[in-house]
Amino acid sequence: MDLAVVVLLQVIAAVASLVLISIGLAVIFGMMRVINLAHGEFIMLGAYAVIYATRWGVNLWVAMLVVAPIVVGLIGVVVERTVIRFLYGRMIDTMLATWGLSLLLIGAATMIFGNVTAGVSAPLGGVTIGEYQTSLYELVIVAIVTAVVLALMAVLRFTQAGLIARATMQNPAMAASLGIDTSKVYAVTFGAGAALSGLAGALISPLSGVVPTMGVAYVAKAFITVISGGAAIITGTLSASTLLGSLNTLATFVATPVIGEVTLLFAAIVLLRILPQGITGKFFRRAL
Amino acid sequence: MTRRASMAASLVGFGVSVAAIFLLPSVLELFTLINATIYVSMAILALSLALIWGYGGILCFGQAAFFGLGGYTYAVAAINFGDSTWAVVLAMVVPALFAALLGYFMFWGRIGDVYLGVITLTMTLIFFKLFNATAGDAYKIGKAALGGFNGIPSTPPLNLPWDVGSPLAPEDIWYIAASLLVLLYFGSRWLLRTSFGRVVVSIRENERRSELLGYDVRRYKLGIFTIGGAMAGISGILFANCVFVSPTMFSLFYSAQVIIWVTVGGIGTLLGPIIGAIALQMIVAKLGTLEVIDPNVVLGSILLLFVLLVPKGLLPLMQSGFDRLRRPKAPVPVEPAIRPTATPAARRPEPVSAPVGSAPATNTLGGS
Repeated sequence: MDLAVVVLLQVIAAVASLVLISIGLAVIFGMMRVINLAHGEFIMLGAYAVIYATRWGVNLWVAMLVVAPIVVGLIGVVVERTVIRFLYGRMIDTMLATWGLSLLLIGAATMIFGNVTAGVSAPLGGVTIGEYQTSLYELVIVAIVTAVVLALMAVLRFTQAGLIARATMQNPAMAASLGIDTSKVYAVTFGAGAALSGLAGALISPLSGVVPTMGVAYVAKAFITVISGGAAIITGTLSASTLLGSLNTLATFVATPVIGEVTLLFAAIVLLRILPQGITGKFFRRAL
Repeated sequence: MTRRASMAASLVGFGVSVAAIFLLPSVLELFTLINATIYVSMAILALSLALIWGYGGILCFGQAAFFGLGGYTYAVAAINFGDSTWAVVLAMVVPALFAALLGYFMFWGRIGDVYLGVITLTMTLIFFKLFNATAGDAYKIGKAALGGFNGIPSTPPLNLPWDVGSPLAPEDIWYIAASLLVLLYFGSRWLLRTSFGRVVVSIRENERRSELLGYDVRRYKLGIFTIGGAMAGISGILFANCVFVSPTMFSLFYSAQVIIWVTVGGIGTLLGPIIGAIALQMIVAKLGTLEVIDPNVVLGSILLLFVLLVPKGLLPLMQSGFDRLRRPKAPVPVEPAIRPTATPAARRPEPVSAPVGSAPATNTLGGS
């Protein structure tokens, strides 16, 4: 019984972490049809923002939940204004350009921060369930991810800004002719996506070592999750993360972590073969 | 260029490359020659993607999968047989078969564009993870231990066919690699001039139209994809002979680099990616020894600048500059001789009609 609870918690934590690392990419892909391959480096920058902010005496939670998203969000806006806006509608070119940007950021981070592993110690202790122990911090991440998803949903559905964003997403030409400054919408959206990636990096920083190349480990997984999810930002990411995350954890539990990872990747391939438009290309089509 | 001029140019190019193949070993030191061999093996990898992506319109993010598979097949087979002859054959057949299998899976599922990119990328990641986890005695294929993260450091060198007693020296491997590059380059040009090649290019230009004309699009895509896989396998064999095989051959790094070379060199050309591969590797190696600036910064900036400012790549840029110099009074063609579109809809808007004075059709298909 206790074991079942622990495994279930692990599944939930795995799903939440997939949602966390993919949601920034999903916002940018869903709204703008831009695949941002510098996503991993946004995560890396978020993690470094936490490291430096805490070194300067900022409270860890403030650094994670406020400083990192703002810093990376601003970087995102700069990237959108200097690179991405010239490439709208050219999906392959944006992928290549953001790939270049990703290399550039890795190189720059290596030069500035040095090629050493930095880290902050994980806050909070563990909780005991029967004879097993699990990390409390992972449960906090689950809570934060839930809050972020709900907030994103509320913004998109109930606010003026969300309405404008959805309109621009559905029909940019029509939105523009109704007087909406679509280029501003795109800049803000890209910034918001980047901020979410920054938040992901910040929350990951206590769990993994922070190095300039850390983003590479996440970008492929995020990319795969978002594409498997399909066009709907939130439903797509949630459903793909649930499917892939549970498979990963269960396979890890039965076999080894490597087999778990491979199962995740293999499931994504099969999924895309059956549903070439991703999960939300077929199911939940009208969802957000 | 007219047909005759293009013929003359390729003859001159052939002469120069043959001269370079035979002159370099006497000019370069052994270490530099081995490095040059690595560059050439990478150029073959770039050529394979140039065919698949530049002419087939299939953006494969996982060219490294075939590259690594070729290297590993060669190493494992050569250790087991003790003779490299059949190992070489296998190392081309296995990646080609795998490419055919993967291609069947994707093209018969009508998967295109980004989705295809994701699948090929994912495949590469699977290989990377699996081969990294093969440390220990449990993972052996015959006599060859896969060695996990460390790979197979004792990758045997090529020997003369069916003559185990005469392993080849690094100079010999240079001759083989360089001649193979020239051979594969002209082979690819020939391939693109055959009716098969022309159909492949027509599919890149307009898949729906080719299909309505009665061609089975899936088969042609599968064909070019398989050929590209075999070529990447050859590149893997040569790389294994210069360095040794390890899971990094499957890494994102190689898949990324080869895409950068093709983009910078000029997509939709054959010579451009070769030049791109060799030039960029030389630049990165040079920067690595200088230690002033991180090579990633330079590589990233180059890719970024090319996508933003020179989306057609280096070679088409140079060609249009050359044409401009030769015919200063003629109206300058808006489009260069080669149409560098991958998938027209995804890359950039195509001009509806070809501008007056653009190159004859043979050039569009024949490569450069």
